[in-house]
Amino acid sequence: MSEGAVILSGPPPAARAQSAVGEGRAVRWTLIAVAIVFLALFLVLPMLTIFVQAFSKGWETYLATFREPDAIAAVKLTLTVAAIAVPFNLVFGVAAAWAIAKFEFPGKSLLVTLIDLPFSVSPVVSGLIYVLVFGSQGVFGGFFAAHGIQILFALPGIVLATIFVTFPFVARELIPLMQEQGTAEEEAALTLGASGLWAFLTVTLPNIRWGLLYSVLLCNARAMGEFGAVSVVSGHIRGLTNTIPLHVEILYNEYNFVAAFAVASLLAGLALVTLLLKSVLEWRYAGELAAGGRH
Amino acid sequence: MTEPHKPRWHFRRPSVIPGFGITFGYTLTCLSLVVLLPLAALVWRASGLGLSGIIDVARDPRVASALKISFGVSLLAALTASIFGFVVAWVLTRYRFPGRRIVDATVDLPFALPTAVAGIALASLYAPTGLVGAQLERIGIQAAYTPVGIFIAMVFIGLPFAVRTVQPLIAEIDKEVEEASATLGASRRATLVKVVLPPLIPAVLTGFALAFARGVGEYGSIIFIAGNLPYVSEIAPLLIVIKLSEYDYAGAAAIATIMLGISFLTLLAINLIQAWSRRRFGYV
Repeated sequence: MSEGAVILSGPPPAARAQSAVGEGRAVRWTLIAVAIVFLALFLVLPMLTIFVQAFSKGWETYLATFREPDAIAAVKLTLTVAAIAVPFNLVFGVAAAWAIAKFEFPGKSLLVTLIDLPFSVSPVVSGLIYVLVFGSQGVFGGFFAAHGIQILFALPGIVLATIFVTFPFVARELIPLMQEQGTAEEEAALTLGASGLWAFLTVTLPNIRWGLLYSVLLCNARAMGEFGAVSVVSGHIRGLTNTIPLHVEILYNEYNFVAAFAVASLLAGLALVTLLLKSVLEWRYAGELAAGGRH
Repeated sequence: MTEPHKPRWHFRRPSVIPGFGITFGYTLTCLSLVVLLPLAALVWRASGLGLSGIIDVARDPRVASALKISFGVSLLAALTASIFGFVVAWVLTRYRFPGRRIVDATVDLPFALPTAVAGIALASLYAPTGLVGAQLERIGIQAAYTPVGIFIAMVFIGLPFAVRTVQPLIAEIDKEVEEASATLGASRRATLVKVVLPPLIPAVLTGFALAFARGVGEYGSIIFIAGNLPYVSEIAPLLIVIKLSEYDYAGAAAIATIMLGISFLTLLAINLIQAWSRRRFGYV
């Protein structure tokens, strides 16, 4: 049978082309509707609920929540924790990506898997392991107690647990990105007489800046919002070891819903800003981010 | 834990690029102190119990039912997230409609929104007095404070994994293959079932496994909506927290080890799926 006969025997070419590689109009719009209704029900409505509840008693009540000393202490603690944990993971991520992406050595994929490990550990288990290390019955618990250093139920424990859960963020984004970019540009800089550090600052860093910003954004959002791991190591001392998410929990369990949602709206706002910046980076600098990275 | 390393690793492929020694050493040190050492403490604590001790803890009726709830509900939730996640991924890559980019950005909400915040939002929305909860109540479903609530929270938390693992592969499907299938006389349905979907199966399975693993370990978004009734809606991570508050470190470590063991198996399954996919389709 000739090719022409097949085409002529079907519906007009335009209609045929459309139905051959796509779904019909009705199916298409049904699927779109299903997707949107599903996302609205599971994702958008909960987000809206936070703000509706937070402002349900008006601006005055909303603002009053943040004049509470406990709320102020929680905000300060969360900012402190993020200010330590995020730079730590930033330096670690850059160092790890440099070693893994720019060099060839055996055992590399095992190393990457180990760096990824915290993503597959339950947040509660992430907190638990630090209790097992530093708790009173823990491996090093006695040592630190004898020297009067409090790790658990204090800032160091909270910082450690936060570093653990956000550990892979920067490395995970930078490793594939720097692998894609190869080593040719750095080699050129070095043969032209640049020092290693200078080559990193002037060649590598500009190449990875958007990926770096992208991963720091996600790392920060997680660091400020971490609940499970921090809840296990913090000890829930009001005004002292309560981060913002833990403060939200306390207010909610005291049936102080408006205050709970008001404090939660801070984190929800942070999440929205993070998503917005993330999307902008993905649209504008898609080529300069690692493709298809998992979170 | 740290391997002793020399500034120049002799089995590393020679390169003019400097800084291997210091960055590799720093990476290993951080990894050991932050990740490996604490995890080793868990393994050490669990090995003190022995296999029989761990099995004893798992046999405790309350622990057994918490594990059953965590794994069972997570399985259902991951299945639901995979099905709807596939539809969402398909719609977002294949169709053009107003607001597509906003919808696309929305998918990442569970990644960005802290779990405790998501938890109280879901709880108030699906409570009997809540906007959706009241409607569900009318048709006889009580969502909050039952396993249904756990299911809802797990779908919420797992959805982005299901969407984001499949989406890039749908975008990569070669239209020409579909066209070839169509010009050779296959119906749209046959093209979908025989040509388009098979290469997507590994990604769907990976997304499913990731959503499942995340659901099993999830804590913050679940505890507010679950009601936490022992034997009914108590999840395994919560039981770890309860054991810790009772200073039962061994019991907590045993439950954590069981959960870690199963997540490890899930990770292994993902890697096997990807290895199989590489052999079968030439990509992950």
